[in-house]
Amino acid sequence: MNRYIPLTKEDQTHMLKQIGVDGIDDLFSDIPDDLKLNRKLNLPDGISEHEVRRKMTDISKKNKNLDDFISFLGAGAYDHYIPSVVSHVAGRSEFYTSYTPYQPEISQGTLQYIFEFQSMMSELTGMDVINASMYDGATATAEAAIMAMRSNNRNKIIVAATIHPATLAVLKTYCHFREIDLVVLPEKQGRVDNEQLSCIDGDTSAVIVQSPNFYGLIEDVSTIEKTTHDNKALLIMNVDPISLGVLKSPGEYKADIVAGEGQGLGIPLSFGGPYLGFIGTTNKLMRKMPGRICGLTEDIEGKPGYVLTLQAREQHIRREKATSNICSNQSLCALRAVVYLSTMGQKGLKEVALQSLSKAHYAKEQLLATGVMKEVHQGPFFKEFVLESTLDAAMIEEALLKKRIIGPLRIEKLLENQKNRLLFAVTEKRTKDEIDQMVNVIREVSK
Amino acid sequence: MKKEHKMIIDLSKEGRVAYALPQNDVPTKEWGSYLPEEFQRKTVPRLPEVYEVDVVRHYTNLSNKNYGVDTGFYPLGSCTMKYNPKINEDMASLDGLAKVHPYQQESTVQGSLELLYDLGEKLSEITGMAAFSLQPAAGAHGELAGLMMIKKYHEGRKDSKRRKIIVPDSSHGTNPATATAVGYDLVEIKSDNMGGVNLEALRAELDDETAGLMLTNPSTLGLFERNISKITQMVHDAGGLVYYDGANLNAIMGKTRPGDMGFDIIHLNLHKTFTTPHGGGGPGAGPVGVTKTLEPYLPYPTVQNKNGSYGFDYDRPQSIGRIMAFHGQFGVLARAYTYILSMGSDGLKQVSEAAVLNANYLQSKLKEHFHLPIDTLCKHEFVLSGTSQLSEYRTLDMAKRMLDYGIHPPTVYFPLIIDEAMMIEPTETESLETLDQFVDIMVKIKEEGEGNPALLHNAPISTPVRRLDEAKAARKPVVKW
Repeated sequence: MNRYIPLTKEDQTHMLKQIGVDGIDDLFSDIPDDLKLNRKLNLPDGISEHEVRRKMTDISKKNKNLDDFISFLGAGAYDHYIPSVVSHVAGRSEFYTSYTPYQPEISQGTLQYIFEFQSMMSELTGMDVINASMYDGATATAEAAIMAMRSNNRNKIIVAATIHPATLAVLKTYCHFREIDLVVLPEKQGRVDNEQLSCIDGDTSAVIVQSPNFYGLIEDVSTIEKTTHDNKALLIMNVDPISLGVLKSPGEYKADIVAGEGQGLGIPLSFGGPYLGFIGTTNKLMRKMPGRICGLTEDIEGKPGYVLTLQAREQHIRREKATSNICSNQSLCALRAVVYLSTMGQKGLKEVALQSLSKAHYAKEQLLATGVMKEVHQGPFFKEFVLESTLDAAMIEEALLKKRIIGPLRIEKLLENQKNRLLFAVTEKRTKDEIDQMVNVIREVSK
Repeated sequence: MKKEHKMIIDLSKEGRVAYALPQNDVPTKEWGSYLPEEFQRKTVPRLPEVYEVDVVRHYTNLSNKNYGVDTGFYPLGSCTMKYNPKINEDMASLDGLAKVHPYQQESTVQGSLELLYDLGEKLSEITGMAAFSLQPAAGAHGELAGLMMIKKYHEGRKDSKRRKIIVPDSSHGTNPATATAVGYDLVEIKSDNMGGVNLEALRAELDDETAGLMLTNPSTLGLFERNISKITQMVHDAGGLVYYDGANLNAIMGKTRPGDMGFDIIHLNLHKTFTTPHGGGGPGAGPVGVTKTLEPYLPYPTVQNKNGSYGFDYDRPQSIGRIMAFHGQFGVLARAYTYILSMGSDGLKQVSEAAVLNANYLQSKLKEHFHLPIDTLCKHEFVLSGTSQLSEYRTLDMAKRMLDYGIHPPTVYFPLIIDEAMMIEPTETESLETLDQFVDIMVKIKEEGEGNPALLHNAPISTPVRRLDEAKAARKPVVKW
């Protein structure tokens, strides 16, 4: 007997008799004998819930977690505060044990929160439409590139060198197999080199720029936008939704497509996933967008209700002619984001953005004052910044860890030729005291 | 809960807040001095201004308009809507797993890495493959990684002629869509009259332009492909690779293994077979497994075990590349891992036995009342025709009427090769009583349809909303407030 399988011996006998076979093995007689696995799977036997809990807890304790450590790691995944309501709402099993809302009459809960998600993200990004969500920010960006290519039938995608290296890697993978030319727009002092914008031409399908970029710097999107649109190419912006509490939105920049990672909106770090990719666009390009979209309509009594719409773009209808092969969304993560944004509101989000902004600037000043760190880039930044250590960065990382601090990202782990450069992320959760502690450890190392 | 439901934005009242942040305690300048005017946002996003009780009540009431596995029976074919054990949820949210950053030093994430490594090993044993990547975010993403590996493999052999992916006409829509997504041409072959691969049709398509075949087994008709070894052999003889869509693995665990059948690549849907929740559409996870020959092509990074010390391996020159920003849907992987620990070797075999027993029992009861186009032993699911040409109602009407009886209808109109299809997958976590009750309801609805078809045409009547105008939604899309 098993706690998740309800069939008693008696039930089984009754059922086998109804089917007209003698035993369970007869139900597998269609598997050719030479393919039958005539041995046990080489896995441990099942264990009780208590034993499972103990084993999983042991595994979890081999990790150092951010409740016990102060973190200055970011680079696309951020330690923002998650209000308690988020997990309570997302923990309702009416939400998490449901399937894709293909039967809208009994899925209005899912459909309405997706509609609210689309609405809030449209408001934040300034775009006409945002879909029901994508796997993560990197794949959403790659899908945005493919969407652009399908929209204007041009085959060259230009991507800013300052985009997150992992996003660039995913773009390279998708573009290689789709046989799309991917050209990297060079950087200068951590931002797109405006002198090189001439590589944007009449063959260019889209230009992808991330702002704030991988180094935390805010890009001169207006200039890039002009050259892009002068060449009738599409502008794809990759953004951090938290930054949109204070930063100019993609809509204000006249972006054609927006894509990004929404993990900061109430989603646990969870070693990198599941996270929340999002993609959005203008009314003009809505029908070229991949993934699910929820729309408002009414029932036969005229009562408002929600359905998945524009499904003629999708794989279950169009098969090989679909806009993408995606057939899911990160629904539960979108639910977390909706609850987060409802809780924070426009004022709360702005406060999170401003605190992150000012704490990051304080941290940078303090770090420069130690004399151990040198400035690398000029220009405005949001919640992240790069400094170059005059000491070995790995040594600093170890020294911080000893004081229960998860230090900044050593950029050389992701990019070559960036030895001893550190990417610091500072969110609203960090206090002055925590920042000072981190700065003091670095100051001590130099002595 | 039938009452009208406002949107959260309609509850807004200026001045209300649901958040409390600590005071900013660093010395701060006017923020404009950090951020030049040209970069500042000018428009104000219209987000709700509510207090915490509003948020909780609004979404709690919305949840009451949803139907999940925890609400009741969910025999949605090919979706494996089985019970999601609660312990899975608890384990994935342990602080030591949920509050860990993906870029922490490897020495500080040995637990996460061990979990990933061991889950890969266990999935390899269950499927008979040599190695797994846990990076794909969903089944369709696993397919994408799989076809990329097929392409890279042929590229590596400088065999550029192979542009063709073959799929049977009973396949999931993702198979053809994925072939297009990696730049392949698609060839669809007709099934034979027993729902299996038509060997003649397959032979006619196989040539030196064939990159590979994608096959779902057991098929979407719930049938084990009887010529499976022959099929993999034929494709290999033509120089192609064979891809196993593992969506229906729930039928065969501990009984047979795709690796032993000759498959080169497989993806699994952890949200189906391995009880991670479907989450209203995601997140799921679609790990992809390969043979020894294809292991170098797996997405990077993979996880290594060096004498009990775990780390990522980025140095994989033949890899198709990175397919996600970080390490896959870790929280989902942790749930699946918890489930495999709970069930163990015998438990997983029992799962498949009970899933197949439940499906065959339901099939045998329902075929007394409904047309079963392919009447044979099934695996985890089966497909019947909900209505005949003489009926004055359609399968869709039956499905909608089921909502009034408080159950989720089966998958309808799929696979495309069966008229008025109703694809039924009970899973192993349902009791005999539930199955019998389902049969009673199906029969009752059929009787209702024959006596008073309008009753079915008008269904559902007891749900929070009634049938919705989908054409209107698509004609003039309203996609935000």
